[in-house]
Amino acid sequence: MLEGAGKPVQIAIKRQGRTATARLSGEFDLKAAPQVREQLDGLIDAGMQRIVIDLRQVRFLDSSGLGVLLGRYRRLSERGGSIYLVTAAEGSVRTVLEMSGVRQVMPLLASESEVPRA
Amino acid sequence: MTQYFELACPSRPENVGLCRVAVATFAANLGFTLPEIEEIKVAVSEAVSNVVVHAYPGVEGLIGLRCQDSGDGIVISVRDEGVGIADVAQARQASFSTDPERMGLGFVFMESFSDEFSVESALGKGTRIEMRKRREAPAEGA
Repeated sequence: MLEGAGKPVQIAIKRQGRTATARLSGEFDLKAAPQVREQLDGLIDAGMQRIVIDLRQVRFLDSSGLGVLLGRYRRLSERGGSIYLVTAAEGSVRTVLEMSGVRQVMPLLASESEVPRA
Repeated sequence: MTQYFELACPSRPENVGLCRVAVATFAANLGFTLPEIEEIKVAVSEAVSNVVVHAYPGVEGLIGLRCQDSGDGIVISVRDEGVGIADVAQARQASFSTDPERMGLGFVFMESFSDEFSVESALGKGTRIEMRKRREAPAEGA
């Protein structure tokens, strides 16, 4: 039940053309926020136009993590780019995402294969 | 004696997870279900994150956490001795935040994941948040 509690966030990034996929795992909270923000900002600054953020291995998400996602959405959308979120169909991460209303600006997808082709 | 625990720690980001895990362990011992514990973790994380981000601008201060068995559930209080909240009603509104990187959803999650929620704050003295959550009634015949 407390599996993964306190597990630091980890990020694996894959780039293909101007599309990047960032797979996150661990707990995405206030402590993790600066690290994730820096990594995603690096992708935006490198000219990525589509960023897929895979949250399926994230065990915890709160408004600090949401703030990072929304902030990156704002930065990338100003440059004409898009962010797609991949999440599990249920669980607390999905609940927090749904309650926040972020799906109004960032699609919530079940898998990376659902990301529209560039 | 009623079961309870208290925890005091500095207002550092790494202590958000510490408080969250401590409360989750306590709630598990009280018989909360996994989905209920997940909600409690979010609520605690928001309350403690608010202390770290807002209570002590530029310095560290106290995070005071207390959990108590209320018989039918849990009472969680998170307090600080920081700057206080100038307008609690405004702070509780969705999308209000003094920090552009935050969504202003902290209070929304705290309220949504609690059965009862209250905020007391005094400028220059600090803030105390109390959240009460009842256990889901056990299934009939269980």
